[in-house]
Amino acid sequence: MTNLRPTAFVNARVLDPASGRLENGGVFVDEGAIVEFGAKVTQTNVGARTHIIDCGGDVVSPGLIDMRAFVGEPGATHRETIASASAAAAAGGITTIIATPDANPPVDGAAAIDYLLRRASEKSLVRLLPSAALTKGLAGHEIAEIGLLREAGAVAFSNGMRSVASAQVMRRALTYARDFGVLVIHLAEDAELASAGVMNEGEFASRLGLPGVPMEAESIMLDRDMRLVRLTLGEDANGARYHAALVTCKMSLDVIAEAKVAGLPVTCGVSINHLTLNETDVGDYRTYLKIAPPLRSETERLSLVEALASGLIDVICSDHNPQDFEAKRVPFSEAEYGAVGLETMLAAGLRLVHSGQVSLGRLIGAMTLRPAEILGLPQGRLAKGAPADLIRFDPDEPFVVDADKLHSRSKNTPFDGARLEGVVKTTMVAGAIVGG
Amino acid sequence: MSAHRTHFPHQHLLGIAGLSRPDIEALLDMAEDAVEVSRRVDKKRSILSGRTQINLFFEASTRTQASFELAGKRLGADVMNMSVATSSVSKGETLIDTAVTLNAMRPDVIVVRHQHSGAVHLLARKVSCCVVNAGDGSHEHPTQALLDALTIRRNKGRIEGLVVAICGDVLHSRVARSNMILLAQLGARVRVVGPSTLLPPGVERMGVEVHRTMESGLRDADIVMMLRLQRERMNGAFVPSLKEFARFYGLDEEKLKWAKPDALVMHPGPMNRGVEIDSAVADGPRSLVTEQVEMGVAVRMAVLEALAQNLQQG
Repeated sequence: MTNLRPTAFVNARVLDPASGRLENGGVFVDEGAIVEFGAKVTQTNVGARTHIIDCGGDVVSPGLIDMRAFVGEPGATHRETIASASAAAAAGGITTIIATPDANPPVDGAAAIDYLLRRASEKSLVRLLPSAALTKGLAGHEIAEIGLLREAGAVAFSNGMRSVASAQVMRRALTYARDFGVLVIHLAEDAELASAGVMNEGEFASRLGLPGVPMEAESIMLDRDMRLVRLTLGEDANGARYHAALVTCKMSLDVIAEAKVAGLPVTCGVSINHLTLNETDVGDYRTYLKIAPPLRSETERLSLVEALASGLIDVICSDHNPQDFEAKRVPFSEAEYGAVGLETMLAAGLRLVHSGQVSLGRLIGAMTLRPAEILGLPQGRLAKGAPADLIRFDPDEPFVVDADKLHSRSKNTPFDGARLEGVVKTTMVAGAIVGG
Repeated sequence: MSAHRTHFPHQHLLGIAGLSRPDIEALLDMAEDAVEVSRRVDKKRSILSGRTQINLFFEASTRTQASFELAGKRLGADVMNMSVATSSVSKGETLIDTAVTLNAMRPDVIVVRHQHSGAVHLLARKVSCCVVNAGDGSHEHPTQALLDALTIRRNKGRIEGLVVAICGDVLHSRVARSNMILLAQLGARVRVVGPSTLLPPGVERMGVEVHRTMESGLRDADIVMMLRLQRERMNGAFVPSLKEFARFYGLDEEKLKWAKPDALVMHPGPMNRGVEIDSAVADGPRSLVTEQVEMGVAVRMAVLEALAQNLQQG
């Protein structure tokens, strides 16, 4: 870091996610950390040796933190690699990726964490932090080595794309995780109730002749989890920290709201897809819109947007799930689930800002400060001494998404051909410019 | 001989959804002509002479495949049947590869049946010829709905205003979906009748009346349309047993009394006798089952003719 020149973003609108406010000014960084920010940072007062970036009125904010992305390593490098995922992230303004543990083999031992961190230090343009499996082999039967995995560098524990079906296993995992103070991230879905469903249950699925997944598959499991979190509360102990990976409907939001009111240490996330798309986007069996949990109705989407605006939803994630061409070029029922999202998360999210439904501060906060707070990370905020992970973007510049030009190894974007606004001009990680 | 409209403004027939009432009526009128042709000693016409028709069946079918084959041959086409058991699809070739390969052989029409909803749409996007959906998953079976409509129209003289009860496993039935859309489009009052576990979620918003008992569903019905029950779905998964289903939802002479005295009975076949339909009804004077089969050939001739008119000449 020390061989980097100091850098100053000037003539910018600086966004502080803590206050949600934009302030004309700049950000001055040196030695990989933020030295100064705000109106006092101008071209004339940062020293001659400093590399000046004149932002021309663009927004400068902390770099985005994506709590849920599949990076392909180890075991699925035909879909994604750490290098390609990080290139996509850098292009999309994401400076920290939390990798999901659904690798092959699953990331359930210290050696796997070690491997990922080493690969990341060699190949990744952005910070890549591994989350570890909550249960051995992600099988949902035995608790993984939570203490050892945390020591090795796991920042959170999740069961990946699968829910822990057994309430007993989940209770013990939460209780044990509580003692180590680690964060449990869970995708709540009752697999039996979801059964063979491939899209949201309802009229639209029925018309297409496709089996559906009811929203209750999610909220029943979430409700169970809230009760299990409550069981971890003790007179001498805070409860287990629980983050609902993806909520997709009003019913689940109600469960989260009730838990938050009750004071449980619970947070929740939403994928950019569920915030900006709905079930009718599946249209004529478009497999790139086949994701899990499925896209819901417009009514549910609007309730998610409202919950983001109110702060009930803490975090927006990309839920980046690259799938190769062949996995999607089959009948809808047979296609793999998932959509890439690292590169388009910011611009897709800005739709909600441009439509006046969510403030810019709230949107960026849900991609920076909130995930940082939940994960206990020092980045994601504007503070003196905080890591110099910053992005510069023009929230109004239009562009058309071209799947073929995405940096991800897989091109399964649901936004191909979409007109979005919001172009990342500069991505900085630890004081070094890595993209944009 | 016909004064009616014959123009059909679609490249494919992928479903009833997307067809207008004039589209449907044009096909039915053309099918009337085809019925006459099929009843002659010389059934051969030359509309599809020189044309190639491929019947691509990923799911076993006897009657539908035979019906499409006869329809194509009566119109003069060269018809080739391909079923999945004898094709490279069983060697792992993807649906799209199959489509592209067949397309390179320059067929004029491909008739496709597939076990997955939407598979025929997927295939249609990859070929340059006409595609006819012969049934995709639980989605649509448009020629079945057309032949049912033709059968009803010939027996009742109209479709507008009739009460049609579609009974049984509506959830998994592509026949039910296509019929719900088509009959509603032509002005019938469509009901679906079955236990809730066999009705699609949201069906009440699909333009039909929903009934959970045969007694209420059949009351004042002009047409009772029974659906085939897939036996593998019936062992406790959706209904407790075949015996119980037959008792409450199987059509026998007793239950048929709830319908209008002149109500007619239909079934797309093949029938599970003694399950969804009793032999006495299936073979009785009010059954249209064999006439449906005859109308099937005629409707498929009409569909092939309509699509062929849009093919490039020469």
